Amino acid sequence: MSSDDEKPADDSGAAGHTPGRDDEPTGQPTPASRAGDPDAKPTGGTPKAQDGKGGTPKARDGKAGDPRRTRTAIVIDALTTANTATVTVLAVVLALVVGALVIALSDQQVLDSMQYFFSRPGDTFSAAWQAVSTAYAALFTGSIVDPETLNYAWWGMASWTQVLTPISETLTYAAPLIGTGLAVGLAFRAGMFNIGAQGQAMMGAIGAGLVGFVLPWPPVIGVIAAVLGGLLGGSIWGLIAGWLKAKFGAHEVITTIMLNYIAAPSFVTWLVVQHGIQQPGRNDPISKPVVDNAQLPHLFGSGLRANLAIILVVAAAIGVSWLLRRSTLGFEFRAVGSNPNASRTAGINIDRTYLLVMIFAGALAGLGGAAIVLGNTPNSITPSVVGNIGFDGITVALLGRGKPVGTVLAGLLFGALQAGASQMQVTSQIPLEVSTIIQSLIVIFVAAPALVKAVFRLRAQRVGTIGQNLAKGWNG
Amino acid sequence: MRCRPPSRQRRGGTLKLELRGITKRFGDLVANDRIDLTVEPGEIHALLGENGAGKSTLMNVLYGLLDPDEGEIVVDDVPRKFASPRDAINAGIGMVHQHFMLVPVFTVAENVMLGAERTSAFGWLDRRRARRDVAAVSEEYRLRVDPDELVANLPVGIQQRVEIIKALVREADLLILDEPTAVLTPQEIDDLLTVMRSLKAAGKSIVFITHKLKEVKAIADRITVVRRGRVVGTAEPSASEDELAALMVGRNVKLTVDKEPATPGDPVLRVDGLSVADDRGHRAVDAIDLTVHRGEILGVAGVEGNGQTELVEAIMGLRPAIGGAVELDGRPVLSSARHVAASTAAVLASGVGYVPADRGHDGLVADFSVGENLVLDRYRSAPFGRGLSLKPTAIRDSARELIDEFDIRTSSQATPAGTLSGGNQQKVVVAREMSRPLSLLVAAQPTRGVDVGSTEFIHARIVAERDNGAGVLLVSSELDEILGLADRIAVMYRGKVLAVVAPDTPRERIGLLMAGVTEETAGDGSAAEDGDE
Amino acid sequence: MVGPGQAVLSDAVAESVAVHGYWTRSRKAGLVYLLAGVFAAVVFGLATPAHETARFTLSVRSNGAGIDLPARVFAVAFGVVCVLVGAGMLGGYLKRRFGASTAVAVTAFVLSFLCWQIAGHFLPLVGLAQQTLYLAVPLILGSLAGVLGERSGVINVAIEGQLLTGAFCGALFGSIFASAWVGLVAAALGGGLIGAILAVLAIRYLVDQVVLGVVLNVFAMGVTGYLYDRFMQPNSAAYNTPPIFGQLKIPLLADIPVIGPVLFQNTIITYLAIVLVVIVTLALNKTRWGLRTRAVGEHPTAADTLGIRVRLVRYRNVIIGGLIAGVGGAALTIGSVGQFGKDMSAGRGFIALAALIFGRWSPTGALAGALLFGFADALQSYLTSMNSVIPSQFLTMLPYIATILAVAGLVGKVRAPSADGKPYVKS
Repeated sequence: MSSDDEKPADDSGAAGHTPGRDDEPTGQPTPASRAGDPDAKPTGGTPKAQDGKGGTPKARDGKAGDPRRTRTAIVIDALTTANTATVTVLAVVLALVVGALVIALSDQQVLDSMQYFFSRPGDTFSAAWQAVSTAYAALFTGSIVDPETLNYAWWGMASWTQVLTPISETLTYAAPLIGTGLAVGLAFRAGMFNIGAQGQAMMGAIGAGLVGFVLPWPPVIGVIAAVLGGLLGGSIWGLIAGWLKAKFGAHEVITTIMLNYIAAPSFVTWLVVQHGIQQPGRNDPISKPVVDNAQLPHLFGSGLRANLAIILVVAAAIGVSWLLRRSTLGFEFRAVGSNPNASRTAGINIDRTYLLVMIFAGALAGLGGAAIVLGNTPNSITPSVVGNIGFDGITVALLGRGKPVGTVLAGLLFGALQAGASQMQVTSQIPLEVSTIIQSLIVIFVAAPALVKAVFRLRAQRVGTIGQNLAKGWNG
Repeated sequence: MRCRPPSRQRRGGTLKLELRGITKRFGDLVANDRIDLTVEPGEIHALLGENGAGKSTLMNVLYGLLDPDEGEIVVDDVPRKFASPRDAINAGIGMVHQHFMLVPVFTVAENVMLGAERTSAFGWLDRRRARRDVAAVSEEYRLRVDPDELVANLPVGIQQRVEIIKALVREADLLILDEPTAVLTPQEIDDLLTVMRSLKAAGKSIVFITHKLKEVKAIADRITVVRRGRVVGTAEPSASEDELAALMVGRNVKLTVDKEPATPGDPVLRVDGLSVADDRGHRAVDAIDLTVHRGEILGVAGVEGNGQTELVEAIMGLRPAIGGAVELDGRPVLSSARHVAASTAAVLASGVGYVPADRGHDGLVADFSVGENLVLDRYRSAPFGRGLSLKPTAIRDSARELIDEFDIRTSSQATPAGTLSGGNQQKVVVAREMSRPLSLLVAAQPTRGVDVGSTEFIHARIVAERDNGAGVLLVSSELDEILGLADRIAVMYRGKVLAVVAPDTPRERIGLLMAGVTEETAGDGSAAEDGDE
Repeated sequence: MVGPGQAVLSDAVAESVAVHGYWTRSRKAGLVYLLAGVFAAVVFGLATPAHETARFTLSVRSNGAGIDLPARVFAVAFGVVCVLVGAGMLGGYLKRRFGASTAVAVTAFVLSFLCWQIAGHFLPLVGLAQQTLYLAVPLILGSLAGVLGERSGVINVAIEGQLLTGAFCGALFGSIFASAWVGLVAAALGGGLIGAILAVLAIRYLVDQVVLGVVLNVFAMGVTGYLYDRFMQPNSAAYNTPPIFGQLKIPLLADIPVIGPVLFQNTIITYLAIVLVVIVTLALNKTRWGLRTRAVGEHPTAADTLGIRVRLVRYRNVIIGGLIAGVGGAALTIGSVGQFGKDMSAGRGFIALAALIFGRWSPTGALAGALLFGFADALQSYLTSMNSVIPSQFLTMLPYIATILAVAGLVGKVRAPSADGKPYVKS
């Protein structure tokens, strides 16, 4: 194999795997074992990183060891080498650029002007600029703030509710995504790939919905009960996958995919048409709505959709952060996630860990599902009520690198993208799927830092990506 | 080149190899430093050196797996460049890797033909031809391998022959054998030496990589000693073992460990009729009885893969038993009635320390800091954890103390353990396991892949544990380590303890036991039959 | 020279039984079948009206040639068969016939269920078989794509995306060029494109393959959904009305009773699927390509030391797999309804993945898995059409539950190729 072929692989840092496990166990710095270890190659500024097996990015990004370098130099260095933050930002930029191309190339005026491209290329470019700028302006005004409305509001010609609408929309979209993102991310940290957030969110929505309309709840209690119902629904679905892994060694990727489809469409479609659950007077699959007292209260008045859900998921993120960093349980999760064998040998009950992680993850995804049923009209269970938040949650967790803070930020970004896409659809008739495309591209670029690095010609540095300690194949 | 069977680019049946000034660096580390080596046709040339001396790197360069930074490879006086193993193969070089490069689910014939398949139209495999090739080579050098047997079902010694056949079918005239004896029984080693002699008789050259002095003296025509990536000398096989050892490690090595005679106390570990299955469901430990007393080191000798791992894992509660019982300090941790051991956590909590054979796999969490690794078995209990919460300060403080006490060379306790050197990684494990009061220490291959200094340190700590009144179960495939440390020696062969002998038992007798030959069974058939009932 | 170390593993099979104690896998399964059989005999038996007959017809009409069975008697009888097999396994008599016993027990259980369900009605066997094959085609092709990639060591979770892209490209280009054949080629290329992205990112950029597959599914969903809304939907006459492949009767063979209409009266894509299963099976086991593919999937380092270009083999297989899955996608549009709809693959890619695992990574096993899942689907829609008391949704769960049982080891141990999912990085 040519050496060119090898280069991106060597310094991507994603190379967490030695070809054969035989070379791995000792990790000793003998030339022989290094030869078998792809991570042992010289890497730009990290002479110490001898034998990391997908170590923490933190440990690798550090360049501050050299006292002679000025702070500015360090900052510039950090920006121009492919460290984690730079790669993330560039991945977003790159995805937006590709998204712009998609928008431009699917614009009728651009296509029309391309018929005579060689006689008047300027037309094509101006049409493209027109299409893209209108669309991305809508993306911004739909998710953050519309400067025009702000201006009007300043002069008292528009209400502040209108000014805050985009932010409110972003928060509304983001809340469920953060819930499922945490569900996937937490499992990641324990070495499990929870593709089941979709099903868990569905079951969470079912749990929250059922609890929410089954009784005429008093205020406050109703919300608490319904949210707990959501957590329970999701955690049961997580528990099944965890139990199958702990007891039978069934690969969670496969079981959770299957559980997704069992939950929706199969189970939910049956459930919502049952007598006592289906909304009276309706023939389509939709349940009764959750009673008012079980609905999540709005944060900024009834004119804005933003509701308690965003507070709940941020609280959940703080909880997960504490769990992972400061609790014995989180220590177990992380230990099992990076080396289940050593954890078992040190007396950790890894089967119990798998079970617990999946229960927690299921509950978090359930929270995401509950956020929709309890927070958004029509507050009913339908087969498609949770949309795609489970799979979107995977992208959120990947972008957030499995860390709670990252997940919240990624959830906000993707929430903004979806809120903005709605606005884009209104102003430019651009299909909503544009946000799906951009979202998946961001994650692909983040997952392939070497690719981003090559595009932007950054200098090599190790970048942490998630999933390195996951790729163990189906056999575990 | 992908379609043709191996072509004879070169004829003659013999090969002369010269390596001139080979240098290979990995970052700051110079694995090979201007190495010169000449192998004459029909010569068995031993490349002697410690673990990590750079032998395997050199051979990987020669076999086209690594690019040298400097230097050249000269075959039959023609300088060659090997960009890939295929180039090396075409030049007449074959390699038997330390970890066999065989596909376990393939038959012998499939493994041998892979990469050099003879095919008819549409790439249709000519299996008959492949079988014939194997049979022919196997006949010529009296290797006796069945071409249709699945490799996974073959014993290690035979798998090694498959590797040799692979090279010979590709018309290799120079064979590199990388640590070929590491996984063999003494009997299989003798067989291998016989095979090597017959290859030599047929004019083949052999580069024999090893760190075992006895084998070198037994077979080599010439010896090149490598230390820290450099050739430090050449020797004739007539040189004494002490001379070779001194050359290899660079100073006079202490092959013995200073220790007082043991004063055994009460039994701490009692293993009674224990049987354990391996991962594939085969009976790996077969009705073993063992007792370890306080204040003694019981060494378990044996070639790897004879059930030692399964025995240790069953004692540690990591693997269920299929029969028998284990008692710790008189309390049952495992009984045949339940077939399930006490939890590993319970075993550890009852005062058992455990140094697993494979630290990267079972001993350390590479991504975790040194400090976190040092509390891997006790993060729940005070002072490191209270209730659900962890006490990072306590973890840091304790880590700093242990780093001092056990001389762990690391820049800080926050350094990821995976970035330490092998010896220091092992010291992290040892520090964790020996920093609490023990009644029993189970140490498997405690010094594998560890530098000499760390080895001495770890040996001293093991003896210290014994002198403090703990029982020690020491499992090692290095007979010298067992002989140096153990107060009694149990020899394992195919899941059974064939005998428990004193440490002054002649080496040869232990070697025979490791090969399954006992005095009682020597007359009435081999011990091998025992397991087949 | 026969040293004492040899013949170590010849007694492996007998030994493994001894090692696992009383509750071997066979006994556990036996217990499950026994209980299921009792359930079938009692519940299905009692639920079946006493004097109705269950009619299994060979033609699609209720009065054609067929078999009439007294429904209750046979509901009980099939239940008893299931009990007997279960008891036999529990008693340790059938331990060497695990696969066959399982097949018999499951079939008996299903028949018992059917006797109950169709008592007083009829079940058109031929129609059901045709429907099964028809529904299985995308699954067969999708799982073949998985076989190709995974046997060489690249996990393919992106089958769903490949099917969807294939379906889309088939409909779009079929419409534009007014040719089903162009549609078929375009579909293959569309699937191949997703395969190529998967290959490059997994093999060259070492992205975790499961993560990647999931994200590529999202990507394919986004791109096809976007283009559908933007172009296809507003102008469906021009972009979403592809010609479709008609049924191709194979002369003579199609006239064979029962088998003929099922096997020899299909669209070209169905034939292609079956032929590809045969080709891939033979190629994997009998050719140099297959030997190298398997070697790369099991022990890439060994293959590399013999001069096999590991990455090249993987690229080739993953891309060919994508082409095949793309054809599977075409089956959904130009091989059937002749129209693309958003997310129309509807999880079939994941069922194909399930079939692949269910079939233990062999093409024939994947075929069997795909047919099984196709059968569950076909049965479900038939029973729904006759207003069965069993909610159809529960029948749609069957493939998923079967797959969970398979990976949980209840239907035998599944083992993926050793290097599956592990990127190959040379030192």
